[in-house]
Amino acid sequence: MATVDDRLPPGEDPTLLHEEVHDPRRRDFINIAAVSFAGVGAVAIVLPLVNQMNPSADVLAQSTTEIDISKIEPGQAVKSSFRKQPLFVRNLTPAEIAEANKVPVNSLRDPQTLAERTKPGKENWLITLGVCTHLGCVPLGAGEGENKGPFGGYFCPCHGSAYDTAARIRQGPAPRNLEVPPYNFNSDTVVTVG
Amino acid sequence: MSFPWAKQYEPKQPLMRWLDEKLPVPRLVYNAVGAGYPVPRNLNYFWNFGVLAGAALGIQIITGIVLAMHYAANAGVAFGSVEGIMRDVNAGWFLRYAHANGASMFLLVVYIHIARGLYYGSYKAPREMVWLLGVTIFLLMMATAFMGYVLPWGQMSFWGAQVITGFFSAIPLVGETIRIWLLGGYAPDNAALNRFFSLHYLLPFVTAGVIILHIWALHIPGSNNPTGVDVKGEQDTVPFHPYYTAKDAVGLGVFMLIFALLIFFSPNLLGHPDNYIEANPLSTPAHIVPEWYFLPFYAILKSFTADFILPAKLWGVLAMFGSILLLFFLPWLDSSPVRSANYRPKYRAFLIVLLFDVLLLGYVGGAEANARNVVLGQIGSAYYFLHFLVILPLVAASERPRPLPNSITEAVLEKHAGTSPAKTALAN
Amino acid sequence: MVRFIAMLVGAAFTFVLALALWGTVSTAITDPAPESAEHVFHLHPKDAELSSAGFFGKFDNRQVQRGFQVFKEVCAACHSLKYVAFRDLAEIGYSEAEVKAIAGQWVIEQPSVNPDTGEAATRKNVASDRFPSPFANEVAARAANNNALPPDLSLIAKARHDGANYVYSLVGPDGYRPQPAALVKEFPGAKTPPGLHYNPYFANLNIAMPPPLTADGQVTYTDGTKATRDQMSKDVSAFLTWTAEPKLESRHGAGLAAVIFIAIFCFLAWGAYQNVWRDVKH
Repeated sequence: MATVDDRLPPGEDPTLLHEEVHDPRRRDFINIAAVSFAGVGAVAIVLPLVNQMNPSADVLAQSTTEIDISKIEPGQAVKSSFRKQPLFVRNLTPAEIAEANKVPVNSLRDPQTLAERTKPGKENWLITLGVCTHLGCVPLGAGEGENKGPFGGYFCPCHGSAYDTAARIRQGPAPRNLEVPPYNFNSDTVVTVG
Repeated sequence: MSFPWAKQYEPKQPLMRWLDEKLPVPRLVYNAVGAGYPVPRNLNYFWNFGVLAGAALGIQIITGIVLAMHYAANAGVAFGSVEGIMRDVNAGWFLRYAHANGASMFLLVVYIHIARGLYYGSYKAPREMVWLLGVTIFLLMMATAFMGYVLPWGQMSFWGAQVITGFFSAIPLVGETIRIWLLGGYAPDNAALNRFFSLHYLLPFVTAGVIILHIWALHIPGSNNPTGVDVKGEQDTVPFHPYYTAKDAVGLGVFMLIFALLIFFSPNLLGHPDNYIEANPLSTPAHIVPEWYFLPFYAILKSFTADFILPAKLWGVLAMFGSILLLFFLPWLDSSPVRSANYRPKYRAFLIVLLFDVLLLGYVGGAEANARNVVLGQIGSAYYFLHFLVILPLVAASERPRPLPNSITEAVLEKHAGTSPAKTALAN
Repeated sequence: MVRFIAMLVGAAFTFVLALALWGTVSTAITDPAPESAEHVFHLHPKDAELSSAGFFGKFDNRQVQRGFQVFKEVCAACHSLKYVAFRDLAEIGYSEAEVKAIAGQWVIEQPSVNPDTGEAATRKNVASDRFPSPFANEVAARAANNNALPPDLSLIAKARHDGANYVYSLVGPDGYRPQPAALVKEFPGAKTPPGLHYNPYFANLNIAMPPPLTADGQVTYTDGTKATRDQMSKDVSAFLTWTAEPKLESRHGAGLAAVIFIAIFCFLAWGAYQNVWRDVKH
C-alpha cells in the first residue's frame, strides 16, 4: 500500500505496509498543486469582492449632464452638477476675459491660458468643476453676491485659495487650477458635459 | 488540551517565535486546527461537515458585509436596492446569489452535521456541552436566516415576517403586545425591516463567537469517532494537520462544486417566485411557505388543528419551538452508554425512521394542505415527538448493544482485515 | 426525572396530535373538501423553446429585440418596466445611438419638475432613465383598468413559477379561449364573471387582462420575421426573460469556468488526501 513512514502511528506493524514504492517527488507535486489551486481560487474570489466597490452601472450612466446656457447673461454664473459634483458655468464679460489674458502665463502656479481652458470661439464660456483642488470644498463666486476673492474669479472659504477669472489658482494652498471637465457645445445654447 | 501526546508548537522562524512569546495566536491555531490537535484516525466523511459549516458561515459573513454596502433597509426602496444589486452593481448578481444560496448550503451542511451527531452519539458524555452549544448555534442560525429572508422585502419576505411574528400572538394575555413590540408596529414595515437588518448583521458574529466556544468545548474531550469508543492511546489518533486538513479539502471541493452549480446554473431553484414580487401588505400570496430548511418545523406547526385545553394555535407554536428545544435535553434523554448507532441495532432502526420522518415533514410543510397531507403531517409530527421523548429513553433502557471494539485501532484493522483475507493472516 | 417529564410531554403532544388526526379524518369523511375548478382545469405552461433555457443558454438578441418591439407596441400601454433602464438595451444589441433614439422617442415621458415654476412636469427620456410607468401610481392604474392592477413586468419571468413558459402560454394563441362547457357544468359557481377572461394558464383561471395579442401581424417586425401570435408571444417571453435576468449569459459563462476549476481542484485535493494518508489505515 505504501512505504514506511516515521509518522506511522505506533502499535501498527510496519511490515504490513511494504507493498509498492511511489516516486516521492510526484507525491509532493500533487500536494503543491492542490494548495496552489486553492490559492488561485481564493484570489479569483477576491476579484468580485473588490470590484463591487467600483461605481455601479447606474452611477456610470449618469456621468453626462446637459446644460441649457441660453439664460446666462455675461457676468453671471450658474451652479449645476456633474457626476454629483458642483459644476460652474460662467459667462465671462469682455473685461474679465481681458483681465485673464493680461496675466503672464509663466508666472502662474499651474500655467494655462484662458484659450486652453475654453473652446475656440466660445472664450466667454468658462466651464469648470466647483471643487477646490486643495481639499475639495466648493469655492464661492458662482452665486449672486458671493465673495469672488482678490482675483475676481472664485474664492475658497475653507483655506483661502483664490482663483482668477479663468479659474486659475493665484493665491492660497490649492495646487492646481479648477478642473475643466470634458464638454461639447451641442448648439449655441446647449452644452453636454462628460 | 486533549491528549498528552499532542504535538507542541515549536516555532522555527524567529518572527514566529517572537510573535508566539508576545501573543500566542499561532499556537492557538496550531492546537485548534493544526498538528497540535490529535484526532481519531477512523473519522469518515461525515466528520467533514463541521469544517464545512464554518466555511459556509465565513462565506455568508463576507458576502453579507459586501451586500450591505449596497442594500438599503427602508421599506420604500429595499426591493429596488436588491434589484440594483442584481442589475447595476459590479458582480452584484454573483454576490447576492452566493449569499442567498449560501444560506441554503449552510443549513444543509448543518443538518448533516446534526444528523451525524445523532447517529454517532456525539451528544453524549463527555461532549454534552459541545452539543448544547451546537443547538444554540442552530437557534441563532434559524433566527439569522429568517431575518435575512425578510430583507429583500418581497411578498414571501413580508408574509413570512407576518406569520412568524404571529407565532408570538399565540401566547395568552401578552401575546399581541409582544408581537407589536417585535414589529414596532401593527404589521411588518420600516421599523421591523430596520431592526431585522440590524440583528441580521449582528447575529452571525454572535454565532461565530459561540462556534469558538463549541470548538473549545470539543477540544477538551477530543473528537468523537464512528465507533464511539474512547481514544485509548497515541496509536488511535493522527494529527489534525495534515491528515484532516487534506480530507477536509476534498469535502470543501465537493461543497464548492455543488454551491457553484446552484449559484451559476440554478440560483432560484430553492427560492420562491413570489419573492420577486415587491411586498404588498394588502395581498397575501396564494401559498405561503417558508424556505426549505424550515419546512419540517412548519409542518409540525400546521399539524396541530385541534383545541384541547389550550387553543390549537398555541399547541402548534409550543410544539414547533418544543421540537427544537427538546434537543437541549437529548444528552439526558438517551441514557445508553454506547455512543455509535453502529452498535445499537434498535436505536439505529428508529433513527432511520426519524430521518424519513423529517423528510416527510419537509414535504408536508411545503405541500398543499389537503386532508391526505394534513394526516401525514400529524402522523409525522407524532413520531418526531415520540422518537425523542418516549422511544429514545425506552430503547436506551431495553436494547442490548452489539459488542464494541476494544479500541479504534482494533476496529480499523478489523475493517481492513475484512476486505483483504491475506492481510488478516499477516495481522494475526 | 428528565426522562419521566419528557415522556409526559411526548404523551401530551401525541395525544393532542391524535385528537387533531381524528378531527382531520372525520372531517375528510363527513365533509370532504370540494374539488375546485382551478384544481381540475388549470394547465401547466407549454415550452416556449427559448434559447436562454438550459445550462448553456444564451439570449437570441434578434428574438429579444422583437420581443422588445412587442412590449413597446402592446404591453407598455398598461404595464410598467420600472427596474429596467433604457441604457440596458445596449446589452441586447442596440447601439448607443439607437438606445438614445429609443429613449428620446418613448411615448411616455419621465416625470420631472418644471425648472421655472417648480410644478410637476415631464421631460423626454434619456438613456440613463429607467422605463417610465404608464400610470402615476397604483390608484391611477386601477382606475384605468377596471380596478385590476397591471403588474410590473421587469421580473415577471422570475416572479411566476416557470415564468418564461408561463408568459408565452398565457398570452399565446392557446391561452385565451372560451370557458369549457364541462367546467361550467361541473362547477356552476366558477363561471367566468363579466369583465374577466378565461385563461387556463392563469392561477385562478379568470384573468382581468383582455387578450393582448389578438391577430397575426399585430406588430410589424423590422427583421422580416412573420409576426404570428405564437411568434409574438414567444418573442415577448424572450424579452421578459432578459429583463428578469439580464446577467444570465455572464452567469452561465462564469459558471462554466468556476465548475471546471473546482472540479480540477477536487481531483487534486483527492490526490493530496490519498497521498497524505498513504501510510495510515483508517
